[in-house]
Amino acid sequence: MTPRAIVIGASAGGVQALSRILPALPARFSIPVLVVVHVPRRRDNALVELFGAKCAVDVKEAEDKEVLGGGTIYFAPADYHLLVEGDGSISLSSEEAVNHSRPAIDVLFETAADAFGPALTGIVLTGANHDGAQGLKAIGAAGGVAIVEAPETAEVPTMPAAALEQCPSARAMSFDQITTYLQELAAP
Amino acid sequence: MTETIEDIEIELLLQAVYQHYHYDFRNYARASIKRRLLHARSQLGYDSISAMQSDVLHDRTMLPRLLNYLTVQVSEMFRDPSYFRALREKVIPHLRTYASLKVWVAGCSNGEELYSLSILFREEGLAHKTLFYATDINPTALQAAEAGVYPLDQIRLFTENHRKSGGHSSLSDYYTADYGRAVFDKSLRSQVVFSDHSLVTDAVFGEMHLISCRNVLIYFNRELQNHAIGLFHDSLARRGFLGIGSKESLRFSEHAGSFSEFVGDEKIYQRTTP
Ligand SMILES: C[S@@+](CC[C@H](N)C(=O)[O-])C[C@H]1O[C@@H](n2cnc3c(N)ncnc32)[C@H](O)[C@@H]1O
Repeated sequence: MTPRAIVIGASAGGVQALSRILPALPARFSIPVLVVVHVPRRRDNALVELFGAKCAVDVKEAEDKEVLGGGTIYFAPADYHLLVEGDGSISLSSEEAVNHSRPAIDVLFETAADAFGPALTGIVLTGANHDGAQGLKAIGAAGGVAIVEAPETAEVPTMPAAALEQCPSARAMSFDQITTYLQELAAP
Repeated sequence: MTETIEDIEIELLLQAVYQHYHYDFRNYARASIKRRLLHARSQLGYDSISAMQSDVLHDRTMLPRLLNYLTVQVSEMFRDPSYFRALREKVIPHLRTYASLKVWVAGCSNGEELYSLSILFREEGLAHKTLFYATDINPTALQAAEAGVYPLDQIRLFTENHRKSGGHSSLSDYYTADYGRAVFDKSLRSQVVFSDHSLVTDAVFGEMHLISCRNVLIYFNRELQNHAIGLFHDSLARRGFLGIGSKESLRFSEHAGSFSEFVGDEKIYQRTTP
């Protein structure tokens, strides 16, 4: 099944990991990609600028209540949780940090799993905490595709390893495998 | 996605809270409400949302506890300092021209935003002619706002924010430290009316010169955002100002055309229509 969305979570080492994956998406990629990266509270839009310059698909900061569109990468704004609503629109929230993080990967993954069920792919990349583990479990439980960056090769293995522990059915993949998997989703 | 039993239970609970207590969360952004209710269920030790609903209906003391889950009380003083700087530098010069002023802080939570504005107006020499209205639906939050007491460990952040907002006094002039708490000077609320008011179910507040309502609209769905913005429009004096949260916008509102961007980057608008 072609997913209705792809959600990605990354923490320590995440910008580099994403730099190997997102620029490989072809311009005709038609699935929305939502990304939470743990970054220190700082200037807005830094990630959007960075990846906007590198990617073939559109890159933007997620805006409250906008409807997801194909072929766009949405970054959670600094200091806000990113949630997916049942109708496929997104909400932002400044509620309490989850796993000491705002945005939190679990919040995005759990709400996206709720909204899209089996039509969702979740990917947990490098990181030094456990955020995303519960979320990936929710994606797996809803019948979606769960992927982690292979802990052996991840810059910081803690986060993908924790996700794999919570969601044993997740596939551990190298960067190349992740990019190939995503590129195949774009094939006509 | 297909509706789960949990989704149905949540719908019913919100309907029950509305019919019995007239708190209307039915059109709040559902993803967040659902997370928070599931959290309430597990923290309060219920097996299901339905079991929790039964207690909510039969035991009045449950309502304030539930409201603390249904509403988000995260705030800080001078949150987003650049917003307060823009008020200070761009809006205040217009407000100076009025003989008396009314300012409405809607969704004031524990009062952080209210005290920020009260201090700012005092620094700018407008406090003596300003009446503030601070409203919220959460009674626990309103009580905290009236008390004006914050944990001392937040003061560093508040002080830093205040400085970045262009504050030309020291925040420490406005509070006294007491057993790990910062107790704000009661003169800051001598011209404040606190009241229970819902942007969903209550009426217009008249003739405001400035409405500051930050990080409340994001918890609403589009229709409710539209409704609240209409309420703000009708509560503003001609050429009155509206400030909203940095990630909020007027674009889903049919009233958007009745406002002009005054400081676009800081989400400060001015009512343009008569
Ligand atoms: C996240 S706080 C915002 C606090 C502050 N304005 C700020 O930006 O830091 C949201 C507040 O909105 C209040 N609220 C929620 N629904 C409301 C409604 N229908 N009418 C008025 N206030 C509401 C909540 O109780 C809470 O205190």
